[in-house]
Amino acid sequence: MFKGLVKWARIKSPWILHMNCGSCNGCDIEILAALIPRLDAERFGVLLKGSPRHADVLVCTGPVTKQMKERLKRVYDQMPEPKFVVVVGQCGSSGGIYQGAYGVEGGIDKVIPVNAYIPGCPPRPDAIADGLIKLLASIAKGGNP
Amino acid sequence: MGIVKLPIGPQHPALKEPENFTITLDGERVIDVDIRIGYTHRGIEKLMESRTYTQNLYLVERICGICSYAHVENFTQNVEEILGLQIPKRAEYIRTLFLELERLHSHFLWLGVAGHEIGFDTLFMYTWQDREVVQDLLEMISGNRVNYAMNAIGGVRRDVSEEHRKKVLEGMDYLEKRTEYYKEVAINEKTILARAENVGILKPKVALKLAAVGPTARASGIMVDIRKDDPYASYPDIPFDVITTNTNDVLGRVVVRVLEVFESIKIIRYLMGHLPDGEIITKAPRKVPEGESISHTEAPRGEDFHYLRSNGTEKPERYKVRTPTLANLPAVAEMLKETYLADVPIIVAAIDPCMGCMDRVLLLKKGKEKPGELIDGERLRRYGIKWYAERGWKA
Ligand code: SF4
Repeated sequence: MFKGLVKWARIKSPWILHMNCGSCNGCDIEILAALIPRLDAERFGVLLKGSPRHADVLVCTGPVTKQMKERLKRVYDQMPEPKFVVVVGQCGSSGGIYQGAYGVEGGIDKVIPVNAYIPGCPPRPDAIADGLIKLLASIAKGGNP
Repeated sequence: MGIVKLPIGPQHPALKEPENFTITLDGERVIDVDIRIGYTHRGIEKLMESRTYTQNLYLVERICGICSYAHVENFTQNVEEILGLQIPKRAEYIRTLFLELERLHSHFLWLGVAGHEIGFDTLFMYTWQDREVVQDLLEMISGNRVNYAMNAIGGVRRDVSEEHRKKVLEGMDYLEKRTEYYKEVAINEKTILARAENVGILKPKVALKLAAVGPTARASGIMVDIRKDDPYASYPDIPFDVITTNTNDVLGRVVVRVLEVFESIKIIRYLMGHLPDGEIITKAPRKVPEGESISHTEAPRGEDFHYLRSNGTEKPERYKVRTPTLANLPAVAEMLKETYLADVPIIVAAIDPCMGCMDRVLLLKKGKEKPGELIDGERLRRYGIKWYAERGWKA
């Protein structure tokens, strides 16, 4: 019963932490654009949080730069279980346009496990909201997404 | 109370980008700030040397997603200058339209972020909602909301149709009305006044000494605007004013940006009324002859400076970018001194920082190392090429 309650709460109100790991800001402004009244991701309970300890979902953008690698790991470790990671944008998925640059690790999944990718450079806000909802749906179905 | 050192960042709730500020505090008062940058450094300048000019068009755009167009404009201007290419008048006008639409979206975005920093989230929601109008116009013409991919070397890739023209003018009417409202809010709203007045003072003399640029400098009463000082694109044709205030504080920076929105609307109306007919693109060769060029534009945040050296191949030999945020950072360190800790986020946000485009590599020297050697640019370049070649990197 208790487990069911927790799961229900998690799906109804996923708190997200946004982390920029060296992106061009394009994806970051589109994430914010998904939260404003036009799309209003908040009606799905999505709330932007400032601390990793409050967050259920880590939303990452950008190819991981050499400087951010350790920091990304640390933030990920600070999040309480169960945690989910969503990557927004092409360069976070694979390195994208920055592939081969000396300061870039290439892809969030090289550093931490990722649950969902939202491709696009940058993806539209509707795509971002859709991606989040798909993630929630797969959590609702049970098991790992 | 003793002196406390407070590290903030790189991951922190105040800004959307990773940056580290080490703030020395005496009680609530800020005594000193140490800014450490470099967390989002990707190495784009080096990467550009290994891509062709056409590929670079898209890479340059992604130096920064907010003022992406200023970067592309600089890049194309540089390449066109070396090629000696004169682009069609209509293309110039369309480019200027995009430069100004970008300024609109960026200023609205900033106004929202500033509202958010002072705990006035309603303003954030309002301005971002209006910003969507600009985004829709950008998307209508270019097909993209953020990185527009509008420029090609020698012109622009998409034309502005009659229908687009009408929609843009309609959008401007709406935005003008909304901006009137924001002007009222910025000047009269108590929440903003209480948090912005006499906060983050930057005296004109200091601003000049630290070489502040863009709205940050203009809010200290300094008349700098590349659009007027060294006109590019079709700015020589267009009548508009440079906005300055002399309050030297965060409120001044808010007011300058709000008033600049009106100027941008004026410019866009002029552009739409005087759009010349004709081609939008001229053919450009793929190889760029040997040469050097610099270009600067007034990005929403200030002067954006690019340098290109070509060597007769399809790829640039050296590319250098200096973005406005880097120029404004020393001024931030100055503004933060003698303020209160609670004001730090809004003061930093007031220069409209965009770290993505400005991050550099830093070498922190520890202890005793042998002193560096002074070498000139040419030797440094050779050394760089050799250094990379030894490690098996290809240019
Ligand atoms: S995916 Fe594209 S738009 Fe998004 S951060 Fe990366 S380069 Fe920028």
